Amino acid sequence: MISNLDYVTLQQLWWVICSVVGALFLFLTFVQGGQTLLWQVAKSETESALVVNSLGRKWELTFSTLVLFGGALFASFPLFYSTSFGGAYWVWILILFTFIIQAVSYEYRTKPANVWGAKTYELFLFINGTVGVLLIGAAVGTFYTGSSFSLNDMNQVSWQYTLAGVNLRGLEAAFSIFNLSLGLFLVFNARVLGALYLLNNIDLSAVSVMEGRLRKQVWTNFLCSLPFLLYVVVAILLRKGFGVDENGTVSMVSFKYLFNLLALPHLLLMLLGGLALVIWGVFIGAFKGSTKGIWPAGLGTVLVGLCVLCLPAFNSTAFYPSTFDLQSSLTIYNASSSKFTLTTMTYVALAIPFLLAYIAYLWKKMDSQKLTTEEAMDPEAY
Amino acid sequence: MIDVDLSLVNWSRAQFAFTAMYHWIFVPLTLGLSFLCAFYETIYLKTGDEQWKTITRFWMTLFGINFAIGVATGIILEFEFGTNWSNYSWMVGDIFGAPLAIEGIFAFFMEASFFAVMFFGWNRVSKRFHCFSTWMVAIGSNLSAVWILIANGWMQNPVGMVFNPEIARFEMENFAAVVFNPVAVSKFTHTSSSGFVMASAFVLTVSSWYLLKKKHVEMAKKSIIVASVFGLVASVFVGFTGDEAAYEVAQKQPMKLAAMEGLYKGERGAGLVAMGIVNSTKEPGDVQDAFLLEVRIPEVLSLLANREAGSFVPGIDDLVYGNTEEGVMGVNTMMEKGKLALVDLAAFREAKKNNLEHVAADALQRFEVNKEFMGYGYLDKPEEAVPPVNIVFNAFHLMVVMGTILPAVFAAFLFYTFKNSITEQRWLLPVGLFMGLFGLLAQQAGWVTAEVGRQPWAIQGLMPVKIATTNLSTTSVQITFAMFAVVFTILLIAEISIMLKQIAIGPEGH
Ligand code: HDD
Ligand code: HEM
Ligand code: HEM
Repeated sequence: MISNLDYVTLQQLWWVICSVVGALFLFLTFVQGGQTLLWQVAKSETESALVVNSLGRKWELTFSTLVLFGGALFASFPLFYSTSFGGAYWVWILILFTFIIQAVSYEYRTKPANVWGAKTYELFLFINGTVGVLLIGAAVGTFYTGSSFSLNDMNQVSWQYTLAGVNLRGLEAAFSIFNLSLGLFLVFNARVLGALYLLNNIDLSAVSVMEGRLRKQVWTNFLCSLPFLLYVVVAILLRKGFGVDENGTVSMVSFKYLFNLLALPHLLLMLLGGLALVIWGVFIGAFKGSTKGIWPAGLGTVLVGLCVLCLPAFNSTAFYPSTFDLQSSLTIYNASSSKFTLTTMTYVALAIPFLLAYIAYLWKKMDSQKLTTEEAMDPEAY
Repeated sequence: MIDVDLSLVNWSRAQFAFTAMYHWIFVPLTLGLSFLCAFYETIYLKTGDEQWKTITRFWMTLFGINFAIGVATGIILEFEFGTNWSNYSWMVGDIFGAPLAIEGIFAFFMEASFFAVMFFGWNRVSKRFHCFSTWMVAIGSNLSAVWILIANGWMQNPVGMVFNPEIARFEMENFAAVVFNPVAVSKFTHTSSSGFVMASAFVLTVSSWYLLKKKHVEMAKKSIIVASVFGLVASVFVGFTGDEAAYEVAQKQPMKLAAMEGLYKGERGAGLVAMGIVNSTKEPGDVQDAFLLEVRIPEVLSLLANREAGSFVPGIDDLVYGNTEEGVMGVNTMMEKGKLALVDLAAFREAKKNNLEHVAADALQRFEVNKEFMGYGYLDKPEEAVPPVNIVFNAFHLMVVMGTILPAVFAAFLFYTFKNSITEQRWLLPVGLFMGLFGLLAQQAGWVTAEVGRQPWAIQGLMPVKIATTNLSTTSVQITFAMFAVVFTILLIAEISIMLKQIAIGPEGH
């Protein structure tokens, strides 16, 4: 069956697969959000231990999802991989650094003789949760705002943006209010998810004060995220987009993304449904004493993420547009691998449901009992 | 057509080499220690003896410390293909990207999910399931090695693809050929077993220290039994697979083999250099001796390289300038053909752009004749095809020396353990202390052989490194190189300090 899929279907399928991985990653940034909450919600050593250990059981999942996101894009859209990573060099390098310092922090934070002290590792976690997520948001924002690059006829990228003679290699993405807003929204949303996850994962009976702080964080961070979310949504609906005509010529089209939403009603449904789910999750987490808010809010984040990643790619739109040279813009059709590779990779992707199944199984098995204070304070724990 | 900034290329190479070698300090330990933990835990499961559990948890703690920094240094490599080798990534993403994606799907998630059970599941899941999880972590780590080595093997011996002149890039044609690439198979078997050796050597180092200090004696002895059996078996396997790796090199990358052996003048019945001091002023084609001093074992190289006594092994001079008698085409000839191919390719693309179908078809036909030499067209002079002989020769020989010492020491440990007199071996235990270092040296030397030996090629014969880079400013790469150096050093200091502390605390402190 897979071998009968035509090239265009495969290209679209792979954009959806990459988007699903990306959207799952956005959900899993509850780890990053939780990291930024550490100093605010945990006031005692026990509370810190609970927060760190609860997140510490999941951070690898988020990390591996990011790696998979990179790998999947490399295999299915190599021209995007080479253009974006090679072009917006500094943005990606900085994102990577925040993940390098995260990876050791859980393991090393409380180990004796860790040289730099627990606070340093907590700072690493904080940087990862703020700067890391913000920059990822800014990078995704360039799907809508474009970047300033050109490709020569061998598809080698030249990055064009300079400030006072220095080529910023992608850092200029942070100068756009749209990109920044998307990034800040993701940071606050991650914090909402982080608080909801901790409420779900920790045995709250012994730490009721922290529970109160967590519930408060759910609400305040949601409020903080709202203005950015509203700005991003309105800006997407109103802005000009990068449309592609039958000849592959790219031009600016008014209300492009609004038209895309109307032309692809399932994306509109995902956006609205996703937002509703997030609000529901926040509501029951903040006010109803529920510990299950993470599930609707998480699912909602996945749906909104899917919409945000698919909207600039489908309906004859260039998903990685160049503002410097419109015709260098990338679409899912000119940036993809060959049909053979996409077909092969589709067979491989059949394994993804099994993957999700065993991750869910292990999650359930490990988290059926809540994380207790005794466990978190065990000398073997993080 | 291409103007290359060599300082950019060299800094990009330095950065990749630095980060990869750093990653490779930790990964081999992960590959082997995960299995050792699984062995120890299985014994615990079978015997129910709590001491084995203590042993398991002790080595697991060290595993975790090492694993964290392995992961931290790994993520950077995956993305560096995009950030620093973007032309490479675009040209071959079709083929090279696939194993990386598959590695994520099949290996990293398995590792990550079961890792959490292994570390935090002692009281949450059954003993049996816990032991199963430990095995899954071991299998997962080694699966990640499979896929990354398939990717690397493809760079050494590109198979299963065709060149698409329309878009000037390589496309995959046969996935099975990429996966079962003989170079990838020998790479995986050699590398994973060398990881087992590394971890066993590490266990001996720590255990020898305990025995010398007369601390945790029972634990140390128990750890040694399993590690020296595993290490001995694995190091014999390393020898066999290393021979296979050398054979593959001889067949697919004869220039690398010539550099590994410092062989300039090819010969029939070539001898193997057991030891030698390379003459660093020697240039291809000149009359100087390649060595200042050497010990040669006659005939053996021909046997190892071609599995046939008296067969011809080409030297660097033959490969660079050709040897018609033995039917070796020189780089000089290949360069001429390659330059023609590049001209015809450009003509084809130009004609296509202007819709001159006949002209395009003609150019394509001419291109097809010489296309297998296309990569050579990018070289400026034939001598450019020679890797740095001195480095490659010394690295290779260092690895082989370690490859003889390691099994001998494992065997000695095993012998005295069975005679139950290991604690009295005043000469052996200090040697044991150095085993981890020997293993690490062999590891690093092995990769330097493999990677420096394939220079100047990013993809053997097809794409030189100098056209694989991202068009960046050298300063950017210098800054990121410095950032890596600083951050990695900060993390390494912490990791060593924590590791030493945990070793000082010892298993019974847990
Ligand atoms: C404990 C580590 C260790 C030990 C003792 C040895 N090796 Fe090794 N060797 C490696 C660890 C290693 C490695 C790090 O795993 C490499 C690097 C690249 C690769 O595929 O494996 C490697 C590469 C490598 C290569 C280059 C493959 C290539 O370029 O593609 C050859 C020819 C050999 N080895 C041969 C040997 C021989 C003949 C040994 C003697 C017994 C030996 N190795 C011992
Ligand atoms: C982890 C073990 C590895 C080590 C220690 C290592 C070491 C090195 C070294 C020393 C260089 C620089 C060579 C030179 O410029 O003279 C290099 C380059 C490179 N290696 Fe590796 N390598 C490793 C694994 C890999 C793997 C598995 C891949 C591919 C999947 C790979 C891909 C590359 C690339 C793309 C370059 C840069 C371009 C080039 O010089 O060809 N390496 N590596
Ligand atoms: C012989 C070469 C290599 C082998 C066998 C290998 C194997 C491994 C292993 C076993 C891990 C698990 C964690 C640990 O290191 O302790 C790991 C982590 C990682 N490696 Fe390597 N690696 C190699 C080189 C590379 C290269 C060249 C890349 C770049 C593509 C890479 C990418 C990664 C990434 C991204 C991680 C972290 C992923 C995660 O666990 O989420 N590795 N690698």
